[in-house]
Amino acid sequence: MSRTRPARAFGPRPVRRPRSQPRPTRMKAADVLRVGGAGLRTRPTRVLLSALGIALGVAALIAVVGVSASGRENLDRRLDALGTNLLTAAPGKTATGAAAGLPPDAVAMVARIGPVEAVSAIGKTGAKVYRNDRIPPQESGGIGVYAARLDLPATVGTSLAHGTWLNPANEGYPAVVLGPVAAARLGVRAPGPDVQVWLGRRWFTVIGILAPAPLAAELDTAALVGWPEARRDLDFDGNPTTVYTRADNASIADVAAVLGATANPANPNEVEVSRPSDALAAREAADDALNGLLVGLGSVALLVGGVGVANTMVISVLERRAEIGLRRALGATRGHIGTQFLSEALLLSVLGGAGGILLGSAATVGYSTYRHWPAVVPPWAMAGGLVATLVVGVCAGLYPALRAAHLAPTEALAAA
Amino acid sequence: MTAPGPLVELAAARKDYGTVTALDATDLTVVPGELVAVVGPSGSGKSTLLTIMGTLSRPSRGTVRIVGHDLDSLTDRRLSALRATTIGFVFQQFHLPPGPVVDAVADGLLYRGVARRRRRELAERALNRVGLADRVGHHTHQLSGGQKQRVAIARAVLGDPPLLLADEPTGALDSHSGNVVMELLRELHHDGTAVVIITHNQDIAAAVPRRIALRDGRIVHDSAVDVVDVADGVDVADMETLR
Ligand SMILES: Nc1ncnc2c1ncn2[C@@H]1O[C@H](COP(=O)(O)OP(=O)(O)OP(=O)(O)O)[C@@H](O)[C@H]1O
Ligand SMILES: [Mg+2]
Repeated sequence: MSRTRPARAFGPRPVRRPRSQPRPTRMKAADVLRVGGAGLRTRPTRVLLSALGIALGVAALIAVVGVSASGRENLDRRLDALGTNLLTAAPGKTATGAAAGLPPDAVAMVARIGPVEAVSAIGKTGAKVYRNDRIPPQESGGIGVYAARLDLPATVGTSLAHGTWLNPANEGYPAVVLGPVAAARLGVRAPGPDVQVWLGRRWFTVIGILAPAPLAAELDTAALVGWPEARRDLDFDGNPTTVYTRADNASIADVAAVLGATANPANPNEVEVSRPSDALAAREAADDALNGLLVGLGSVALLVGGVGVANTMVISVLERRAEIGLRRALGATRGHIGTQFLSEALLLSVLGGAGGILLGSAATVGYSTYRHWPAVVPPWAMAGGLVATLVVGVCAGLYPALRAAHLAPTEALAAA
Repeated sequence: MTAPGPLVELAAARKDYGTVTALDATDLTVVPGELVAVVGPSGSGKSTLLTIMGTLSRPSRGTVRIVGHDLDSLTDRRLSALRATTIGFVFQQFHLPPGPVVDAVADGLLYRGVARRRRRELAERALNRVGLADRVGHHTHQLSGGQKQRVAIARAVLGDPPLLLADEPTGALDSHSGNVVMELLRELHHDGTAVVIITHNQDIAAAVPRRIALRDGRIVHDSAVDVVDVADGVDVADMETLR
């Protein structure tokens, strides 16, 4: 062609208008997502498998947090229903180790403490209870026989599952109310005028069965008879062995502080004062160690999932060298290429994370339903799962993305 | 299309791969609107020359200017941007992604900040230009080799670059498809695009106005420079005397 000429050296050139340096353009977010998504779409099986790793890790974390939150919610609701203002005072051991008792007027004295709203008590008798009169005496089934005051269920916050509670009319007669466990051990399914148990060498009529009392678990295995009846027929000395106290919520600590001295002024140190709602919460909290372990395992699973994603991405970069070279030829900068692979890794792990949140939530709902708990998956756990997923995605995608970005275009094209 | 001054200027360009010198002492100028064939035996440095002209690699020594920009003065980012606006590539192996043909073509402007809708519009127009208007809705894997190469060409010229570099564009095609592709490249040249084609095909080379022959990494013949068209096979010493 006529205009061509040798170019051994750059001679004087015709004056050109100064050219501004070319500037790369930023890819639109939608394009970044589309290009990243396209990379995933072409390898669906591999994508699903490596997303599954992340999903399992996130699901484990969500399920642990969800189940524990559901359990706590259930406990909170129970405590709300039961009240956290119940205190019990029980005689501890004397210095010599013998079982101590509370003075007979302990209930009356405790009732005189200002913020106290209700007081009740039970007193252990030496009697034993049996299904019938033919059972050998040593097989008492671990059921304690107690004298109970009439205001016991109201104070403790429990109710009757079947039948009726003791009343002024029958508390002086051989009538008994059984705790749910005691009833089961004695083979009593329902109370009735002809349902009797062998108690303290005579027949007692079962008039009621208690519902479980979470704040006074000792009642679940108890056989409760009227105070006067116990004194008359069961050699009961009239000394309470546990005093139940409901006090104004705001003053509960003050009441707890003086309860021992009030219940047993002679030996205040022998009285064991406790707050059953605390014990209940503490027992639930004991699961936290297990939860910690499970969270640890979930984190490891998530980490392994991240390694899976990194592995998938590294392989993907190796396989797609030609594509990378072509994109560079089309004008992609290193940044464009890096962004593409990073977004691919992020999409991959977010896919897994979303699946994991669904899976973990489903597991939480399933387990909570099975336990009759309210199902709770805290929003912070879901957000945390998503954030963890993003962090894992970035970490897993960074190295492959850098590798892809720094691949020489010619080398990439030659690989095809 | 008519940028003032040359599109490509190589001065004493050399490319080493470790101990191998793939290209040496190469001076070359390509001006707008040219049609150039590059021939030479396998391993003579044709592809290396093309990647240098296409800014896909930098020379180990010497100077390269693309539309007036000295490569040494450009960062990798700016070089990429220059490629995006100035140079289209066509390869022997098509390099088409799986998926709809129109999207494969639209990728030609992916790195130039053009909105997707506009890219697809232009892609349909470009497919029309390469005679594949009826394949817009097809997937790339449903095309024949010749059609794939025409799609790749449509992608390369989507942004109307002044320079199109083709490395053995007919190398993977039968002679009929090869002719169709060559015809297309000639049309692009006719419309004002400078086209550089690497080819092993003597017939193709013979039908092109400017021929450059490479041997052992050096230009042994350039029909635009040499008065006499020397047969391929003359050794370098002879060429020096000719100059
Ligand atoms: N990335 C690389 N690393 C090392 N050596 C290379 C590389 N690319 C090319 N070469 C060498 O440079 C020389 C020229 O290679 P080039 O690919 O340019 O030849 P070509 O003329 O295109 O050959 P063909 O006709 O076979 O495609 C060859 O000896 C080749 O082995
Ligand atoms: Mg080659």
